[in-house]
Amino acid sequence: MTEPTEKMIGARALIECLYREGVDTIFGYPGGVLLSIYDELYDADIRHVLVRHEQAAAHAAEGYARATGKTGVCLATSGPGATNLVTGIANAYMDSIPMVVFTGQVPSSLLGNDAFQEANITGITMPITKHNYLVQDANDLPRIIKEAFHIASTGRQGPVLIDLPKDITVQEFDFYYPDKVELRGYKPTYKGNLLQIKKAASKIEGSKNPVIYAGGGVISSDASKELLEFAEKINAPVTTTLTGMGGFPVEHPLFLGMLGMHGTKYANYAIQESDLLIAVGARFDDRVTGKLKAFASNAKIIHIDIDPAEISKNVKVDVPIVGDAKWVLQKLLEYSSPAQSEAWINRIDHWKKDNPLYYVEPATGNGIKPQYIVEQISAACKDAIIVTDVGQHQMWAAQYFRFSKARTFITSGGLGTMGYGLPAAIGAKIARPDKVVFAIAGDGSFQMNSQELATAVQENVPVIVSIFNNGYLGMVRQWQELFHGKRYSSTCIQDSVDFVKLAEAYGALGLRVTTRDEVRPAIEQAIASERPTVIDFVVECEENVSPMVPAGAAINEIMNLESKE
Amino acid sequence: MRHTLAVLVENKYGVLSRVAGMFSRRGYNIDSLTVGVTDDPTMSRMTIVVKGNDDVMEQVTKQLNKLIDVIRVIDLRAEDSVERELALIKVKSDVNTRSEIMQIADVFRAHIIDVGSKSMTVEVTGDEGKITAIEQLLKPFGIKEMARTGKVALSRGKKNS
Repeated sequence: MTEPTEKMIGARALIECLYREGVDTIFGYPGGVLLSIYDELYDADIRHVLVRHEQAAAHAAEGYARATGKTGVCLATSGPGATNLVTGIANAYMDSIPMVVFTGQVPSSLLGNDAFQEANITGITMPITKHNYLVQDANDLPRIIKEAFHIASTGRQGPVLIDLPKDITVQEFDFYYPDKVELRGYKPTYKGNLLQIKKAASKIEGSKNPVIYAGGGVISSDASKELLEFAEKINAPVTTTLTGMGGFPVEHPLFLGMLGMHGTKYANYAIQESDLLIAVGARFDDRVTGKLKAFASNAKIIHIDIDPAEISKNVKVDVPIVGDAKWVLQKLLEYSSPAQSEAWINRIDHWKKDNPLYYVEPATGNGIKPQYIVEQISAACKDAIIVTDVGQHQMWAAQYFRFSKARTFITSGGLGTMGYGLPAAIGAKIARPDKVVFAIAGDGSFQMNSQELATAVQENVPVIVSIFNNGYLGMVRQWQELFHGKRYSSTCIQDSVDFVKLAEAYGALGLRVTTRDEVRPAIEQAIASERPTVIDFVVECEENVSPMVPAGAAINEIMNLESKE
Repeated sequence: MRHTLAVLVENKYGVLSRVAGMFSRRGYNIDSLTVGVTDDPTMSRMTIVVKGNDDVMEQVTKQLNKLIDVIRVIDLRAEDSVERELALIKVKSDVNTRSEIMQIADVFRAHIIDVGSKSMTVEVTGDEGKITAIEQLLKPFGIKEMARTGKVALSRGKKNS
């Protein structure tokens, strides 16, 4: 059945397509070539969230996508509008987050002419999108949008960009939305090969020291329930990557915490001593593996991933299984029997007892350790969605928050984008208004997109920004302390901003917390206020993230960083 | 080790740049690349010659397959495929050398496609070795210009069906 066609202009067609894709919210910023689209948005049944910088539109769309699993949508004008999206697109690409990005473009007749606000955004974003399109005829627009949503949300998810020349948005044509996508070059594999799955099952059965290493793919494929059942069935401990956090309950006895550079000692020891590593939706990133040659060198490796190109990219794999994590884990559950891991689990429990994550309270008594704040947020609101910026605070959030559910930890993993937190938190809170959303930020990161407080206030999105204010670009300072003799080159930003006044200037609630006793009450007050809030936590300046594996070292070569008094 | 890849792609704008961009971005080297349409006008065929060991080739193939506009990637093993390249070679020539050049061309089943007072142009088709051989033989006369198409290749027909 084909639906009846109707005459309309490109801009109207865009809205019709968004309806058909079930889009209820888009994040954007208008501009000259988008006037027809914004005119249609004026009375469309879609919430348009006006950001204050296009970069934030991309991050917010990503936050929305990560909190829900739906495809995030953002929109920016040609030229600088489009180039401002680039960081956000690259971020979504690195973390495989489904996103459809619309950019305005100069009229087709001016393309390639160095016209006002022209940028070759399809060229610029080719390496950071899963696919992109330049629309050359409005008649193609519905098909392109259909394909874009399909490509973004299937297989290994990722951002897809559609560049819309201005003339396309006013071109009148017979609208028809296809109900099927036909792409002969794109057929992602969901079902893993059964022979391989059986081979994996037999490896598991014979294994004494198995470890499951789960990544963001578990979140993308909503496989956390299957992961839990699988781990319990085969009796194997589970470690997750940064983006896999939330994919396995932190309080479960089989959980090892995060692995890698700032992973727990016991997760890293377990990897190094394992005889069978089961990687699920993870890509052996350098922050995870450290020195590749020494990574899990005694282990056979089973690698489950939906992207065949990830298999054997960094590490030679013994049993590759290309497929959707959820589907493959379901099958593995069927075919696997428990590993012979009782002694191994005992050994790991000893490692856990002997090498816990820890920090020392400051000698001064009432100073604030950043780890303590994370613990207090976790205790006050364990179901909160935690969104972070990038740096020390991000690692502390990953280490100390007691995550129990998928899609409650939203962080910039692969790209490591400072300034991600607040806009992504806005997107997450809009997607999940029922949840308390904390943006955990550093005083450095926060300033990279602090203008988005205006968005939060205007759109009435009560996110809570918790700034871990140590007066430094903390992670870089930590490296300078450890590897450059404490020469703090360009990392001190002490006393540069009054964050409470800044919050108030935007019409948000601003709170300053300087003593330990005030931490919990401030968190409670922020939650109760139901307003966009900034809490300026003045924390100990030179606390380090520990444990730490220096870049390029094997992951069991762990530096002993004393928590400072 | 050199590999010849036949890559079937959508015949759309920007596809060449997606493919070339993937190679440069990931640090793989292209020895030669040719593109042309196929019997199906919506499809183009690229013949790409790449240097790399098996691990590199596995990644190249997978990364190519990841591109939405790439329909199929075939690694053409030398023993199972036929390959040709065409070269146009403009050689310095005068009355004294003309016939000698024509003789060489003859041996290589090459054609003389243009003759001027001070040069002549030879068209030769064959595998890479043959073209390199005629190039070596013509060099002493002085090669003024040369254009090579890069390799095109097809898999051989099945011997027993």
